[in-house]
Amino acid sequence: MRILIVEDDQEAASFLRKGLSESGHVVDHAKDGMDGLHLAESSDYDVLIVDRMLPRLDGLTMVEQLRGNGNETPVLFLSALGEVDDRVMGLRAGGDDYLTKPFAFSELLARLEALLRRKAPGQVQTRLQVDDLEMDLLQRTVKRADQMIELQPREFLLLEYLMRHAGQVVTRTMLLENVWEYHFDPQTNVIDVHISRLRAKIDRDFQSPLLHTVRGAGYMIRADTSAS
Amino acid sequence: MRTQALLSSTTFRLVILYLVLFAGSALALLSFIYWHSAGFMARQTDQTLAAEIKGLEEQYSRFGIRRLAEVIAERSRNSSQSLYLLASPNLRPIAGNISEWPDVSPRDGVWIDFTLTRETVNGAIEREARGREFRVQDRYGQVIARLLVARDIYERRRIEERILSALGWSVLITVALGLVGGVTVSRNIMRRLELMTETSQAVMQGNLARRVPISGGGDEIDQLGQNLNAMLEQIETLMAAMRQVTDNIAHDLRSPLNRLRTRIEVTLMREGSQEEYRRVLEETITEADNLIATFNALLSIAKIESGTSSQKMVLLDPAEIVQDIADLYEPLCEEKNQSLLCRVEPHLQIRANRELLSQALSNLLDNAIKYAGKGSSIMISLNAGHDGQTVELVVEDDGPGIDKDHLERVKNRFVRLETSRTQHGSGLGLSLVEAIARLHQAHFDLQVPESGKGLRALLTFETAL
Repeated sequence: MRILIVEDDQEAASFLRKGLSESGHVVDHAKDGMDGLHLAESSDYDVLIVDRMLPRLDGLTMVEQLRGNGNETPVLFLSALGEVDDRVMGLRAGGDDYLTKPFAFSELLARLEALLRRKAPGQVQTRLQVDDLEMDLLQRTVKRADQMIELQPREFLLLEYLMRHAGQVVTRTMLLENVWEYHFDPQTNVIDVHISRLRAKIDRDFQSPLLHTVRGAGYMIRADTSAS
Repeated sequence: MRTQALLSSTTFRLVILYLVLFAGSALALLSFIYWHSAGFMARQTDQTLAAEIKGLEEQYSRFGIRRLAEVIAERSRNSSQSLYLLASPNLRPIAGNISEWPDVSPRDGVWIDFTLTRETVNGAIEREARGREFRVQDRYGQVIARLLVARDIYERRRIEERILSALGWSVLITVALGLVGGVTVSRNIMRRLELMTETSQAVMQGNLARRVPISGGGDEIDQLGQNLNAMLEQIETLMAAMRQVTDNIAHDLRSPLNRLRTRIEVTLMREGSQEEYRRVLEETITEADNLIATFNALLSIAKIESGTSSQKMVLLDPAEIVQDIADLYEPLCEEKNQSLLCRVEPHLQIRANRELLSQALSNLLDNAIKYAGKGSSIMISLNAGHDGQTVELVVEDDGPGIDKDHLERVKNRFVRLETSRTQHGSGLGLSLVEAIARLHQAHFDLQVPESGKGLRALLTFETAL
């Protein structure tokens, strides 16, 4: 995937670049908003990582101009401003996701992944499937290997989010933000317990596990193709 | 310098303006009085003279010049105020108490003011007089004599002068009193303003504890002073909070940072295996994450406490928030073999911020789960207060609880009781709850439950209508 980083902190940018390259992405870097706007418009990127505070042209304005010119490349804002209001402003300017500094690299990676996949214009889905696990979004039922699985409403939302991002790492913060709509950090990791509960319902009585823990990052639901 | 300041002060200028207006109106009023008193007297004299001339004219036309001369001579003898002079056409005196025709050109029927010398017991004195000439004519229109009828207006003039000088003095006294009063008032106000300036300068120089003195009269300047003091109070509180934050950052971020640094340094001091490096780096990340969490918590508290948080308050039913948080933590309780009971009264309404209220409740519940221990029971209840004016949100557990003496202390930042040192946490959870409560104008209280066992956290909100 081609990623453009617009970030004025050289060192931070080079770390990002290194990390993303090692994860198999092609990375360009612009050091201010003007260069960023120019690069984003002149070549085709899959996702833009934009710092909010940039010299010459700030991140918000840059993305607004980009959107004004009809460029719909997904944008992930990076910012030291982490208030709910700042987040809302970022999303309103045309950003697709918002990450507050300092962040874990795994968090950034997971969110980029989610943005990249979302790029495909989503036709309205009524069914989700991962291996033999099926979810009917209209009837709100879940089946695995044709066996009905009873889920609580919140468990259903949790599984839906995981299945919509099947094959991608989903972090605890992403789950907290998207399934529970909380933007604060609970002191104890409550998400883990919800996951293990869900795992008990969808995986325990079956041969191959679908819901995997990705160490140091989060969770991923995927068909267990290999034995790894 | 002070005089300069006095002259340029707004109050003083106002005083001068009012003074001018006041003196002007006093002058107008007094002129009116003068016109009415002195003017009245003058008109009275003129009328009397006119009447007398008319009477004498009648005497003449009835009884002739001889009779007129007799009357004049008689009246001259009996009067000191009325003055008469009957003279021949060439102004030679015939009868009367004026010794010679005054030095004014004789004109018939016109009022004349003149001075004359009168003989009195004290000798000859100059007197002022006012009168009118009447030309005595025979039946052919020939002037046979000239009659001057006048009044000694010395007394009247004196009265007029008196009135005038009284008026002059009163204007002068008005102006003088106004000036003295104005200067006193503006001095007084200026002194009070000077005190404010002095206070603000002291504050600017860093003495935040200084306050504007209040005279206690409750006037506008006092009100301004009170507002300034309230403002200073707020600034001082904010500064204190800020200082506390920096102190806390120094205290709670410095030691883990130091730990972090030492760990890396020691690891680098000797050759280690790949695995060892890896383990140390992983530990370092965990430590960094904890640091970030503490830092974020500190920032949130500071933002909430400064009141500048842009978090919006809306009318909401807290039941939903309570239910959501209970659902979030319920699996955790189950895992720890704790029972979570949730008693929620629906249809209550408070003014709150969903995110912050959720966070506060999450912290309280987190604490209960963490410290109550395995097998304990935890209860969340939401109900209207006894008076119906409040909404009470309670998180109660039956764990070991907190010693009564420590109940207030644990709400302070970074306070972690010895018994809980083994648990993971920044020690900021309850301070965050306290800050959120204060932002919601709610009361946060930690109590020992009636059973004498465990801990009861109580948030009391005001019912919103």
